Amino acid sequence: MPPYRSGLDVAHLVGDPVEVSTVTTSLADVGSSGATLRAFLHGLPGVDRVGADQRAAMLGTRSIKTSAKAMAIDLAISMVDLTTLEGADTHGKVRAMCTKATHPGEGAPRVAAVCVYPDLVAVAAGALRGSGVKVASVATAFPSGRSSLEVKVSDTALAVAAGADEIDMVIDRGAFLSGDYLKVYEEIVAVKAACGSAHLKVILETGELSTYDNVRRASWLAMLAGADFIKTSTGKVAPAATPPVTMIMLEAVRDFRDETGRQVGVKPAGGIRTTKDAIKNLVLVNETAGEDWLSPDWFRLGASSLLNDLLMQRQKLTTGRYAGPDYFTLD
Amino acid sequence: MASFAYAPAPESRDIVDLKPSYGLFINGEFADGSGSPFKTINPATEEKLAEVATASADDVDRAVQAARKAFGVWSAMPGAERAKYLFRIARIIQERARELAVLESLDNGKPIRESRDVDLPLVAAHFFYYAGWADKLEYAGFGADPRPLGVAGQVIPWNFPLLMLAWKIAPALACGNTVVLKPAETTPLTALLFAEICQQADLPPGVVNIVTGAGETGAAVVAHPDVNKVAFTGSTEVGRIIARTVAGTGKKLTLELGGKAANIVFDDAALDQAVEGVVNGIFFNQGHVCCAGSRLLVQESIQDELLTGLKRRLGTLRLGDPLDKNTDIGAINSAEQLAKIRSLSDLGEQEGAERWSPACDLPDKGFWFPPTVFTGVAQSHRIAREEVFGPVLSVLTFRTPAEAVEKANNTPYGLSAGIWTEKGSRILWMADKLRAGVVWANTFNRFDPAAPFGGYKESGYGREGGLLGLEAYLDV
Repeated sequence: MPPYRSGLDVAHLVGDPVEVSTVTTSLADVGSSGATLRAFLHGLPGVDRVGADQRAAMLGTRSIKTSAKAMAIDLAISMVDLTTLEGADTHGKVRAMCTKATHPGEGAPRVAAVCVYPDLVAVAAGALRGSGVKVASVATAFPSGRSSLEVKVSDTALAVAAGADEIDMVIDRGAFLSGDYLKVYEEIVAVKAACGSAHLKVILETGELSTYDNVRRASWLAMLAGADFIKTSTGKVAPAATPPVTMIMLEAVRDFRDETGRQVGVKPAGGIRTTKDAIKNLVLVNETAGEDWLSPDWFRLGASSLLNDLLMQRQKLTTGRYAGPDYFTLD
Repeated sequence: MASFAYAPAPESRDIVDLKPSYGLFINGEFADGSGSPFKTINPATEEKLAEVATASADDVDRAVQAARKAFGVWSAMPGAERAKYLFRIARIIQERARELAVLESLDNGKPIRESRDVDLPLVAAHFFYYAGWADKLEYAGFGADPRPLGVAGQVIPWNFPLLMLAWKIAPALACGNTVVLKPAETTPLTALLFAEICQQADLPPGVVNIVTGAGETGAAVVAHPDVNKVAFTGSTEVGRIIARTVAGTGKKLTLELGGKAANIVFDDAALDQAVEGVVNGIFFNQGHVCCAGSRLLVQESIQDELLTGLKRRLGTLRLGDPLDKNTDIGAINSAEQLAKIRSLSDLGEQEGAERWSPACDLPDKGFWFPPTVFTGVAQSHRIAREEVFGPVLSVLTFRTPAEAVEKANNTPYGLSAGIWTEKGSRILWMADKLRAGVVWANTFNRFDPAAPFGGYKESGYGREGGLLGLEAYLDV
């Protein structure tokens, strides 16, 4: 039974509302200091490694056949961030890849984006103009992130000015592991500002974060700082995108949307080479974050050799036969 | 946004060679039963799978005599020789795993994913494990030359037909006993396929005998005067009857009975994994698990969060064709069991608990029950006290660790319990105080042949598995 009766002047009894200061009034204040960030990130529920591995492995046993497989292959192709990040990259190599990105194969959808180093953004942007395929650029002293904030910001600005639609930045793993969450946070905020209208993908480099608890914390840290996407890896460090890590990041974006209403995308990258790997990722999305994330707007696959395997499986499914590798272009 | 509907991915049943009728397996050969045959059906479709012989008391007597005769040969055989047979059986089980898994899912209704990924690997592991003990019994801590008991009469349930067979037969044989085993009336087929495997392994005739039938056949096995050891897994009700039958006869008895396990989730638990653990605890094998975590005890401070996560997760469970590789929840094993689950669930509602199930289409034919969660359950509700043996979870809350222990232990059963917390010291403190045979920490329903399993109080006595599992089959 409530203690109040109707007709009682509650405002009179309680008096004027008083501004009460609490430790955090909303998630927006979490980044106000190192202490609030630390308190928040360490207050997230832990991740049990054994349980997470077991769940991801179980989802890996899902059997995707016939019509579901056909749908998944086309969806996966449309989610590919076709990537080349080599010292040996040339204009010719990037142009060839852009052509493949827009015309992967007979009847296949185009990929989501082409991902290159900042100095090659202009080439990719030129080649992809009007195609609908986005230009993504790694930035911020990729892959190690070992440089000053100024360099990282100007690296970002360079890529954006050259026409990048999306920026894949790396976090300072050293700062993260030493507990300097504020530094990581502020760098992401600064790079996000430098992105302007370009989308920001934040690479956590989960292979260097080592624990699943860290993966969860880094995911939240990036999202709080304004990431549009959280991405597992640079592709330069092993292990890269393992299923449990992707799953934990999908849990993070799911929980973040519940909490804030803002949807953040996920991009596993590195080590996804086969159609089977790609489909396992889609199953993870479907059964963890849900179908709201089953779109290139919210889920990407960072890969290079994956595309040909998807095309090969696609052809097998439509014709019933495998064609030899020479029937798929190497770009 | 796309909708990712998984196309049907049924495991082929062609690998199983179903015979129209099956006989008893006595003295290494299949024989007709004297009783009138019964049919075994696929609980997912109610389609008749086969006719199975009913063993009368005379048939049971022949089986026991065959086992007695074989006991002389088998118990005198060097342990290393017995081990060879057991290793051979284990390997054949692995080779024929798919066939056994499909047959198990057909006869039982459990999802092929579980029979393939849980049951069969564990079955083979049990035989491998006890094969390893066969020539090392003198080092097991039961004296210099521990002797077998003789003929073991074993009665097993329908929830894990082949796994329970392995739990019973592997240690019995390793120790030098011979067995007469009665599988459950609704799930006899994999035991009969196992009989074929015994033939394939050239196991001496009479070492393993399989007698099929209903309760009367089981009663005849238990009551047979020449049986030295009785092992039973099943309901507490039948366990009581068996204990009365065996009382005063000098037969050694182990009983593995019901349970009403508490799965205790603290506010510092790894929440996503706790949700998985709760799901695995009660919805694994449609909740037909004696050690199922049928009571969720959640700390009040995270009740809403956990229930939100749990309900969301239950929305992704896939119920349907047990042979589909993507099925998470299969069929209830029998009409009788379905009626029991329904009546207890209705009772829960009548008593005032709030019932919830995710949206889920039940097939028209067969026996099905949706995953069900009751919230607002009190200790005094019957759904919190009685074993439902179905996919029905009762959610209760607690405030302090002491209250969690008190509520967890406040049951006539004591088979298992689960603790979910990231705090190691609390796990140890809790495990010390929980009166349950198995306490899982940050996991649930995990089995290993090296880990003993068994209950407190009305959950039975004796242990199966591990070193302790040998004691049940040795004269010590």
